[in-house]
Amino acid sequence: MRRLGSGARHLDCSVTGVYLRLEGITKSFPGILANSNIHLEVGRGEILALLGENGAGKSTLMKVLYGFYRPDAGTISIDGRPVVLDSPSDAIRAGIGMVFQSFMLIPAFSVAENIALALPRLGVWLDSGQIRERLRDLASRYGLAADADAKVWQLSGGEQQRVEILKLLVSGARILILDEPTSVLAPHEVDGLFTVLRTLRDDGYTIVFITHKLREVMAIADRITVLRKGSVVGTVPRDGTSEEDLAEMLVGLRDVRATSFSRAAQASEARTVLSVDDVSVRGERGRAGLSHVSLHVDAGEIGGVAGVTGNGQSELGEVVLGRLSPDHGHVYLEDVDVTRWSTAKILAHGVGVIPEDPLRMGVAPGLTVTENMVLNERRRFMPGAGLYADWRAIRRAIEARIENFGLAIPRLTLPVGTLSGGNVQRLLLLREIGRRPKLLVAFYPTRGLDIAATRMAHDLLVAARNAGAAILVVSEDLDELFALCDRLVVFSRGTVVGTFKSGDVDAVEVGLRMTGGGKREAWSPSPA
Amino acid sequence: MVALARVIDSRVLVQLRLLGMAGLAFVVVGAFLVLFGKNPLLAYAEIFRGALGTSYGASEVIVRAIPLMLCAVATALPARMGLVNVGPEGQLHAGALAVTWGALTFGALPRPVFLPALVALGLLGGAIGAFVPALLRVKVGVNETISTLLLNYVIVLLVEHMVRGPWKDPMSFNWPYTPEFPDAARLSTYWGTRIHAGLWFALAAILLFYFTLRFTRWGYELRVIGDNPEAAGRAGIPIGRYTLLAMSIGGALAGLAGMAEICAIQGRLRPGISTGFGYTGFLVSWLALHHPLGIVVMAILLGVLSVGGDSIQISLGLPYATVNIITSLIFFIVLGSRFRRRATA
Ligand SMILES: Nc1ncnc2c1ncn2[C@@H]1O[C@H](COP(=O)(O)OP(=O)(O)OP(=O)(O)O)[C@@H](O)[C@H]1O
Ligand SMILES: [Mg+2]
Repeated sequence: MRRLGSGARHLDCSVTGVYLRLEGITKSFPGILANSNIHLEVGRGEILALLGENGAGKSTLMKVLYGFYRPDAGTISIDGRPVVLDSPSDAIRAGIGMVFQSFMLIPAFSVAENIALALPRLGVWLDSGQIRERLRDLASRYGLAADADAKVWQLSGGEQQRVEILKLLVSGARILILDEPTSVLAPHEVDGLFTVLRTLRDDGYTIVFITHKLREVMAIADRITVLRKGSVVGTVPRDGTSEEDLAEMLVGLRDVRATSFSRAAQASEARTVLSVDDVSVRGERGRAGLSHVSLHVDAGEIGGVAGVTGNGQSELGEVVLGRLSPDHGHVYLEDVDVTRWSTAKILAHGVGVIPEDPLRMGVAPGLTVTENMVLNERRRFMPGAGLYADWRAIRRAIEARIENFGLAIPRLTLPVGTLSGGNVQRLLLLREIGRRPKLLVAFYPTRGLDIAATRMAHDLLVAARNAGAAILVVSEDLDELFALCDRLVVFSRGTVVGTFKSGDVDAVEVGLRMTGGGKREAWSPSPA
Repeated sequence: MVALARVIDSRVLVQLRLLGMAGLAFVVVGAFLVLFGKNPLLAYAEIFRGALGTSYGASEVIVRAIPLMLCAVATALPARMGLVNVGPEGQLHAGALAVTWGALTFGALPRPVFLPALVALGLLGGAIGAFVPALLRVKVGVNETISTLLLNYVIVLLVEHMVRGPWKDPMSFNWPYTPEFPDAARLSTYWGTRIHAGLWFALAAILLFYFTLRFTRWGYELRVIGDNPEAAGRAGIPIGRYTLLAMSIGGALAGLAGMAEICAIQGRLRPGISTGFGYTGFLVSWLALHHPLGIVVMAILLGVLSVGGDSIQISLGLPYATVNIITSLIFFIVLGSRFRRRATA
């Protein structure tokens, strides 16, 4: 195996027919250089993967390319011609399309309407016949089927993503930017997405793909560019590299030891902390709802909920947190019936939560990191009547906590809305685990985290478990569930279709149960 | 170093741009003045001379800034949690109604009891005026922008009715006003001007607004709601309770402005106690982007325009509407730029 040094270097892999070229792109925000003199080239019919730790500057660079930010310096050229991109509409006109980390669809509109909005020249009248025809055409060419009349809120994450991609294609984009597209997909949906992307590539599309998963990089990319702290560390062809090499390029000389946590043995007669007893919720607006779901999580245990997103997991979370009152059944916290409790009371009772959509559900983006860190411990940090909040003292306490946990968040005084996607996730993990909750409900706990942070988050979760917390992890990522959980509950269509002790079951079995019963799948890995 | 320069840069730039845009309003109105054969420079010079050139003018600027500041906070407090209170005008009148009732009913009380009681009534009246639309929003989901706007007309008409009917001064030769309040119900004025004790109320309101938002749990929770109501609800913050509270406190402050106007300036209730202070206060709040210090600055600026508007009327024969047009143009330009930036940022 070829050893790679870790200094900045350029592997010259000459691209035949560079289509998109970024030269010397520099972009700074107050107090940080997010992109520093970045060079990037992608050919026609090529997939470039962009790798980098949380906050390395990947999303920023792509937003520059999409005309969202104006770079401080540098030029962009397409097909040899320099282009000036002052706004996303300039970018769309230049044939650049982007799918963001969080989707930009209008939930109340139908698929066709959302796609119509992306058309460069939207007339007064919608020619829905024409849109439909385009959709049919794209569906058969790339295996991207979508129901034109479905409302977007009815769609699963994977389906929404497909609409986003259709939007780009319909609007005539030739360069597709996908920012962490796989973070909202179940593993089998990832395969389907990759099939589509390969077909697009073979059709001459230029694709830039951001991910934290090295396995995905090796599966889909033609070349890989690695960013570190805003600069390009190197660009390598997929065929000349390995996951180990990439990992080293990502983090530099830093030690990437696998901190294997030790799992304390579970107490034999552990208290049950959360008990969901025969709960049913009517599935509103075409969603799965819950039907006669029972499960429990003990102190010192990590329970996992495996299932394709949209099969009742979010309803389960809503019921446990008192945001949805079940039509039938009860929820108990340490033997207390909390079914009709308010969210505030449940949270105060020692329940922590990492929500499904952190930016929308878990933080106030306009408030600072410090302010967001105390969101669920308001009374602790602003005690008594709450008439004096000593923000300096609060910040010191938060700094101490962050240091204690070892999961870094840069710059506590900045609004959370300016953090990178992974850093928002770190904030939530630190905030909720830091409260030392009796019960932690964690949706996709490592979504958007880089490799090192994922490992660290797993360590934190297991440490919390060892300290006696009951943890319920909801995830689509079976690797993660198998690594973390003591026990696994499989969800499909709002019911529990299997309960397993870890070790008693393999991924194939769970995968089958998850998708069993012909659940509609967003990315069927069908041929083009 | 570069980074620091950038921080300063961006802040200063935003402010300069806002000022530049405000300047644009003057240019546009100037062009119209030229069209009608008036010299705009002369008109603008007269506005500022009239408002700031004499001590009387300057004192009048303060007198007008007092209700503007109170009404601006009445809008700003709910605005920080995402509510649009267009109702300070009505809430001001509601406060005035409650105060008048007290003044006419308990005419014989000694001043140290009487005045605080009237202050409390003013607060209470204004609070009720805002509580009603807040309750409608929380219970049945009525949009507060519309309901507060409509209530303005209702309450102002109610004042008209009271001063022409039940509360009319029998000695008024049919003028629509109440009897004059007893001396014990009058707020002090200072320095031989019309500047009155309402100034302390206004400044206290601004300080309290600042402190509450920044340094209390209540203000913190309010800001979370304003920034992301979904996350606030999920964190167990009672949004409905805050809606009632923020609107009522805002309304109370507008009611206090009403109390100050009738107990210091007018000495009785009559139609026209407010020359649109509630609406202008709403404008002040939005121009200041609901920030306390900005409210002080903008209230004074609009006070200048208002006093200056009087003086161009007198000395140049220009309509007072000239300054109304300037004000609303500034408003449109500033808000327009805000929304444009929202849309692209
Ligand atoms: N609008 C902004 N204002 C200030 N700083 C910003 C802004 N946008 C991004 N940043 C900062 O720029 C840096 C790079 O952020 P970026 O979102 O590009 O990271 P990323 O590589 O996409 O990370 P992740 O993997 O976590 O998504 C971060 O430190 C971030 O806080
Ligand atoms: Mg990112």
